Amino acid sequence: MNIDADIRKVLEAVTDPEIPVISIEELGILREIVQEKNSITVFISPTYSGCPAMDIIAFDIKKAMAEKGYQNVEVKYQLSPAWTTDDISEIGREKLKNYGIAPPEKLMQNEKGLFQNEKNPSCPRCNSENTKLISLFGSTPCKSLHQCLDCQEPFDKFKCH
Amino acid sequence: MKNWDSLNLFHHYVLQIADNTLILGQQLCEWCGHGPILEQDIALSNIALDLLGQSRLYYQYLSESTGGKFKEDDFLMYRDARKYRNSLLVEMPNGNWGTTITRQFLFDQFHILLLQKLSESSDQRLAEIAVKSIKEVKYHQRFSAEWVIRLGDGTQESHSIMQESVDELYKYSCDFFVSTEADQYTASNGICASPIEVEQLYYTNVNSILQEATLKIPEIKKPIYSGKKGYHTEKLGYILAELQYMENMYPNCEW
Repeated sequence: MNIDADIRKVLEAVTDPEIPVISIEELGILREIVQEKNSITVFISPTYSGCPAMDIIAFDIKKAMAEKGYQNVEVKYQLSPAWTTDDISEIGREKLKNYGIAPPEKLMQNEKGLFQNEKNPSCPRCNSENTKLISLFGSTPCKSLHQCLDCQEPFDKFKCH
Repeated sequence: MKNWDSLNLFHHYVLQIADNTLILGQQLCEWCGHGPILEQDIALSNIALDLLGQSRLYYQYLSESTGGKFKEDDFLMYRDARKYRNSLLVEMPNGNWGTTITRQFLFDQFHILLLQKLSESSDQRLAEIAVKSIKEVKYHQRFSAEWVIRLGDGTQESHSIMQESVDELYKYSCDFFVSTEADQYTASNGICASPIEVEQLYYTNVNSILQEATLKIPEIKKPIYSGKKGYHTEKLGYILAELQYMENMYPNCEW
């Protein structure tokens, strides 16, 4: 069924509460919209199983829809195919970088062994390649923590998933 | 009153997995604000969050597959220790940083192998949860293995603390491979291979990392009890007392 262009527009404007510059569309978690006579079901995929932002995103979707007069909106979680950072759009990646978060590289083809790191991301502030990993776990489940060795600024990276 | 006897073997099988991630996640939360340095404090909280998120996926599925007779929270809040199906290892106390890392390492190495099997399950939902979880657990596995090597092959003091932890905890890993009626049921119905199938690979992987960490591999003494069958140590009681306190005092509370 054709989805009303207006509905898509409303949904595409809903942003990630943790990274308010990127929309759920650009993040790649907006999966499907099913429009029926009296109801609309929106399918979104969790980034991480325990991501506390998911409930807020579901709430924001309903709120945005209600503001445009759409009632009976249901948000469902869709596990499969599992979301991956490869689903983040090019525009989304650019926005992350401008926001100060290094975007994820495309999914690793070869698994790295212990103590071996991915190529260090370039600093989103000064573009230097001279950076180091501080921790694979950062301020939210989806980010790792890095530091630029040139401008010395610490920064987050959206980690490969 | 919930009639827990109405749960079938498939439900028990899912509980064996879900209770592991719940209890370990709950225990790791205790580290929040107490980690040795900020980054590692955050790392454990991140891992806890992943594990709790995964356990929710299982409990939600269980709730649906019991036709809503049991709510997601019922599984957490209204079972006593005897009804919990987690393996003994995850209920061992946090102890010091070395104990927590060793427990995490012994669990992660099992968890990843179990999830790989589960991702091939004929039960579509379990397979989906497994595929999702593997992405997260790969980070856990790497974190704990690197710490085991770093500390085991570290200073004299870190080495001896790690050896003590390994001597204490290694035996509990046997409980992962106790074959329960639920395991036999799912294996014989082609839902998922029995965890026993990964036992050999598990010890190969674990022992090779312990060797790299210059740690001695203890002899295996199988514990008499099995958490998977509901026979736990007294330690689980303390964990549940805290986990269930709020619900017991203020039933159905929401905030």
